[in-house]
Amino acid sequence: MSDITKLTLIETIEALEKKEFSEEELNKAYFERITKLNPKLNAYLEIEKNSCGIPAAIKDVISTKGIKTTAGSKILSNYIPQYNATVIDKLSEQNISIIGKTNCDEFAMGGSGENSAYGPTKNPWDLNKITGGSSSGSAAAVAADLCVFSLGSDTGGSIRQPASLCGVVGLKPTYGRVSRYGLFHMASSFDSIGPITKSVEDAALVLDWISGADGHDSNCFLKASPRRAARGRLAKIGVPKEYFAEGLDPKVKIVIEQAIKKLEELGAEIIEISLPHSQYALAAYYIIVPSEVSSNMGRFDGIRFGSERGDFGPEVQRRIMLGTYALSAGYYDEYYVKAAKVRTLIKQDFEKAFTECDVIVGPVSPTTAWNLGEKIDDPLKMYLSDICTISANLAGIPGLSVPCGFSDGLPVGLQILGKQWDEETILDVGEAYEQATDWKKEKPKI
Amino acid sequence: MKLTADQVKKVAKLANLPLTIEEEEKYSEQLSAILEYVDQLNQVDTSGVEPTFNVTGLNNVIREDETAAGLSREEALSDASKTKDSMFETKGVFDE
Repeated sequence: MSDITKLTLIETIEALEKKEFSEEELNKAYFERITKLNPKLNAYLEIEKNSCGIPAAIKDVISTKGIKTTAGSKILSNYIPQYNATVIDKLSEQNISIIGKTNCDEFAMGGSGENSAYGPTKNPWDLNKITGGSSSGSAAAVAADLCVFSLGSDTGGSIRQPASLCGVVGLKPTYGRVSRYGLFHMASSFDSIGPITKSVEDAALVLDWISGADGHDSNCFLKASPRRAARGRLAKIGVPKEYFAEGLDPKVKIVIEQAIKKLEELGAEIIEISLPHSQYALAAYYIIVPSEVSSNMGRFDGIRFGSERGDFGPEVQRRIMLGTYALSAGYYDEYYVKAAKVRTLIKQDFEKAFTECDVIVGPVSPTTAWNLGEKIDDPLKMYLSDICTISANLAGIPGLSVPCGFSDGLPVGLQILGKQWDEETILDVGEAYEQATDWKKEKPKI
Repeated sequence: MKLTADQVKKVAKLANLPLTIEEEEKYSEQLSAILEYVDQLNQVDTSGVEPTFNVTGLNNVIREDETAAGLSREEALSDASKTKDSMFETKGVFDE
């Protein structure tokens, strides 16, 4: 079978059951493809040679026992974890093997993949473009068929945005759905681990595998509902006018509007809604997240593991500085508490909107993938590219990115946001859309 | 809100980050731009609004207090840059 690496996770499982190929052949096919293409893409930082299991790629901020885990940082260039993250143990129960650790922005801080100490990941659709971030390698590896699926982490859009810019499916679960044990903490009240996959159905399956309490994460207590047959009913869909405001690329806007029209043709009822505090989300995010970052990064003292703090890259240093300032005496109320209050208003915006609709749709990213180097010296400009994704993290709700077309040859993703704990409905809508369109079949020519 | 070079120095000291003069200047400029953007939070009326620190609403989650195996000494020390007599070796705290 020549197209072994093009198969989705569900198709791979079926083919293995039918003995169309062996696990050894499967692993060999992916390994060979990685050997050939990774030098161009820089998606993997570590590659493992296995002969059994279904090969998945794991973002390098997730702890893997005995496999070097750098978080894209120089500070952990020699770090070999002594324990597995809960998600890794849960995946091994399902016969998933780790084919490699994927490149990412340092400690998951970034929106382009360029903040990695090990060089940027290149977008499989155009090697001169960024992949998005911070789960840059995890998205590129799925897009280029260098793994069956991958895991990423999403603190402000780090699964959905690179999935969108690389033309694959990305799911950020509800905060608390998946144990964070073994994930390198970035901003603890935001961090979510989730799958990046070749189909919506695959994302649902991986979510089912990795979700649920483990006793190591006190915010994690609910297991995702196991996947049932699609209900064939399309939800009432809210379109927030704020997500189509200034800053959205007109060409991306057209693609998104066409996708919404498609959903309407499929039987969904479309209504306009408002999330009035959206314009303040980014400001609130860039106070609360750096504050949590500055506290979490305190553990890196170079004593028990890792090198010294001077080895942090510029974006990590910036966020530590910003957070330290926001939390310092005299500024705590002015910045941190104020932002936390705005966070409440943003959460309430969603709660109110979800009394009128079942899901909310809009763009994932206001633009397609931009040129490598384009925004690297302007952190604020870089932060503004997170504008459509961060609200979901402030509110803790789930979000899905589904490929919905192209603009000038680069992929565009449709974002589907759901109620807290309701991944089911967003997966339903995503799957209905995916099955009614052919975007899934498009593959980059590398 | 403009962050002066002196404030940057102070924050870097609090955060235990060794910065060069060039970095201090660069961050003073970049952080000032970010703080200026963040100032728009003051346009929002938050009187009577409670802050959100955790979205799950959970409080004091407890578990049974049971013993379980942890890392062995060898495993715990495996990533240390310096060890001495099977312990982490650190810089002296009171030397400076």
